[in-house]
Amino acid sequence: MFPKVAIIGIGYTPFRPITPDISFKEMMYEAASKAYDDAEVSPQADIGGFLTCEEDFEHGRSIYNMQTPDNVGAVLKPCQTIPADGINGLIEAYMEIRSGLYDVVAVESHSKASNVINRNYLIAHATDPVYNKPLNFNPYFIAGMEMNRYLAETGATKEQCALVVVKNKANALRNPLAAYGEKLTVEDVLASETMFYPLSRLDMSSHTDGGIVMVLASEERARALTDKPIWIRGVGWCSEAPSLETREWGEAVYAKLAGEMAYRIAGIKHPRKEIDFAEIDDTFSYKELQHMEALKLCHREQAGSVIEEGATQRGSEFPINVSGGSLGVGHLVEATGLQRVLEVVLQLRGEAGKRQLSDVKIGLAQSWRGIPGTSGAVMILSKE
Amino acid sequence: MGMRKVAIVGAGMTKFMRRAQETGKELAWEAAKMALDSCELKLKDIDDVVLGTAPDAFDMIHMKSEYLADGCGAWHKPYVRGFVGGGTGVFVVDQGWYHVASGLFDTCLVVAEEKMSSCLPHPQGAFITIWDQFTESPLGPSLLWYFAMEMNRYMTIHGITEREIAMVSVKNKKNALDHPAAQLPAEITVEDVLNSEMMAWPVKRLDVSPTSDGAVALVLAAEHVAKRITDKPVWIEGVGWNLDTFYVGQRDLYYPKYVEYAARQAYAMAGIKDPSKEIDIAEPYDPFSYKELHNAEGLLLCGKGEAPKLLADGVTQRTGRQPWCPSGGLLGVGNAIAAAGTMKVAELFWQLRGEAGKRQVPGRPKRGVAQAWGDEMQVGTVIVLGI
Amino acid sequence: MSKEIKEFPGTPLSEEEFAAKKVLYTEWHPKFEYAYDCGIGYGRYFAELKKGRIVGTRCKECGRVLLPARYFCEWCFRPVDEWVYLQDTGVVNTFSIAYTDWVARRIKEPELPAMIEVDGSGGVAIMGKLGEVDPRNIKIGMKVKAVWKSEAEREGAITDIKYWKPI
Repeated sequence: MFPKVAIIGIGYTPFRPITPDISFKEMMYEAASKAYDDAEVSPQADIGGFLTCEEDFEHGRSIYNMQTPDNVGAVLKPCQTIPADGINGLIEAYMEIRSGLYDVVAVESHSKASNVINRNYLIAHATDPVYNKPLNFNPYFIAGMEMNRYLAETGATKEQCALVVVKNKANALRNPLAAYGEKLTVEDVLASETMFYPLSRLDMSSHTDGGIVMVLASEERARALTDKPIWIRGVGWCSEAPSLETREWGEAVYAKLAGEMAYRIAGIKHPRKEIDFAEIDDTFSYKELQHMEALKLCHREQAGSVIEEGATQRGSEFPINVSGGSLGVGHLVEATGLQRVLEVVLQLRGEAGKRQLSDVKIGLAQSWRGIPGTSGAVMILSKE
Repeated sequence: MGMRKVAIVGAGMTKFMRRAQETGKELAWEAAKMALDSCELKLKDIDDVVLGTAPDAFDMIHMKSEYLADGCGAWHKPYVRGFVGGGTGVFVVDQGWYHVASGLFDTCLVVAEEKMSSCLPHPQGAFITIWDQFTESPLGPSLLWYFAMEMNRYMTIHGITEREIAMVSVKNKKNALDHPAAQLPAEITVEDVLNSEMMAWPVKRLDVSPTSDGAVALVLAAEHVAKRITDKPVWIEGVGWNLDTFYVGQRDLYYPKYVEYAARQAYAMAGIKDPSKEIDIAEPYDPFSYKELHNAEGLLLCGKGEAPKLLADGVTQRTGRQPWCPSGGLLGVGNAIAAAGTMKVAELFWQLRGEAGKRQVPGRPKRGVAQAWGDEMQVGTVIVLGI
Repeated sequence: MSKEIKEFPGTPLSEEEFAAKKVLYTEWHPKFEYAYDCGIGYGRYFAELKKGRIVGTRCKECGRVLLPARYFCEWCFRPVDEWVYLQDTGVVNTFSIAYTDWVARRIKEPELPAMIEVDGSGGVAIMGKLGEVDPRNIKIGMKVKAVWKSEAEREGAITDIKYWKPI
């Protein structure tokens, strides 16, 4: 009764720390044009619905949605915005197609993080205005507190977290899209200045600009339009208590529940065995370990050991963040989830160039909203 | 069409107030709780939560959906926010529809919340950031400029007078006298409207709906579940939304094409060929008096420029052939941006079930259309409900 | 349901209670800063405004002029074909006489916002303010001309046009 849904087109602009030569609208247009070429669709004629992922304050505007339709070819068409991560956007499109409302939907998100002068101040406005914001802390302290708790609960070490940084930045050197590839050692990471104990500067991803558009289609349209559809096998998303005072600090419960939902829909019982690789959130180094455990890609309290053994390296049996993750590519704010799905799609299509993994059939992408949020989404994609 | 049938089975709302003591979370909670109670469900019976809330600038809370998650009952549930400006209130019900129609969920709680009063000195100030930051904001535009210019264009193209438009305020504020949650119900005359303070010609104080704090929530359910919960499910028969170009100067303001396209999408789904005859009740978005007429024409309830005549002839009164805004609309109940649109959907829900109390339109209405509007005044969101 | 509910939840506060601080509240004065990249379209648009000229772009496929200038046509979804210099005269498409400002305070001298169809564009309008005109005389269809800031004062912004006056 419900059609299968596939990603049939992808388009993106290079991810760079600053992009002064184009406006965000021109960036959206470039990514959209490429995606529509890739999918061989024309926006006005072939696409039923359009969706963008963005938060108002990233642009310093109110009602960001109004500025969008022209840039993705959606004038006088159904066009909506969800203030959420790119994977949530893809999931909305997935539901629209499954419901029978549209056959083809385009999803867009981008980052112009470089245009935000004081990001710390911006993020502070996401904290509770009565209980937390008046304390006037740099909100990144929340990540420091969470890392501290995670290490205490699981026995993971700062060295193990540093291995995430080393791995991802090394992976990024093979990714032409990545902005922050670098050859580092664990010592380099530990020696970098402490920002929000125990987080040090190199434990934190830096931001980058860039835009990504994806075109999704129902099975019938997908098979007509492309010979390399990438199928969406499972989706999940979840939110946890937003209050700092009542949330789980050591465990990423939102990721656990989102993962469970996606596995259930995809019919996956043993994620580590049935999935070939993953792109999971590493906004901060420890998050990759925390998310590995939450997604059952390893046992609880084991992520540190797993990475120490090199079991998530590029050449291993379960590569994680071969794209470089946010630490290596750069954090694309709401478009970050799309960057992770982009990597999964490129790998499954065999278009990942020097970082191509061999013989991959199923990949997982996961995102987290970022501090101070406790929401995240998961998508499982496959070649067949 | 093979689409899964989805119904609204419960509704709840708070009062709409100029300033509420409750925080946004608490307003959301009150409405959500009431909606669940109204159909005797518990939070554990809800599979999925959708939030609608308009500009973050009112409360200055970035990532507002995270902040409101607990008030909306989204703890440990799939939860996402939809945001299309003023169109949000109707849009999130459409969004809840496709969440359930996709087969992923059997029940969905849709919550629309607005707390505008936090913004000082006046919530209107938050709108300085809606314009094009490059080519319009430097002119220091007031939100009213837009409405005034659109109202002027509408009046001039069709030869409609301020007097004819003032009747909308009279009708809606009077209708609101029977809405227990209304903020500014009143018995006023056309002269009162015409004599009220001129804010931005031709918009006068009594042409404008008040800013509000408030929340509304609806419970949606798939057919097999809806039938277990209630004898009177109200079916979502059509959904549609549409967004016009951001560049105001490239389109003519006298007619909302994007409302028409959204309406056509919803009517096609609902199998409606002639809405002027087949729709029993309409709740077009009325943040300003002329908007009810402007939007109703976009909803194809009458021809272009003809809405004032229907109003003058009494067709759109509560006792008329096709009541428009029997709830009292935004003009009477209040404009809690996102919550206001959902209030209109809740109104149709209660009306079609015969539960609207003193506001009940006579006869046995079977189909209604609700519409919301916003962004740079270029989004139309529509829903068609039926029993 | 509705007819059974006697009282809807919610505790309205009066402005007096709030002003008299009878209710606990916290206050915050936000100060966000952004530096927007203008890009190709707007970049040239503002550079030309600094020179006292209005420029748009044209898409040959649909034949439209795009104003403010932008580098892709949103209808045809393709890059535009040429820059088009327009005149600095136009016709009032719609207008208002505003007696309140952006935070709803009354102002002494009304502001006169308008959408002005720029000559040479085929009816495309931009937002601006009217000046040197009695508000009672403004009509839709009125011909107007831009009054520019002096060359030294112009900075490459929409405010380089002080206002539009009737001709």
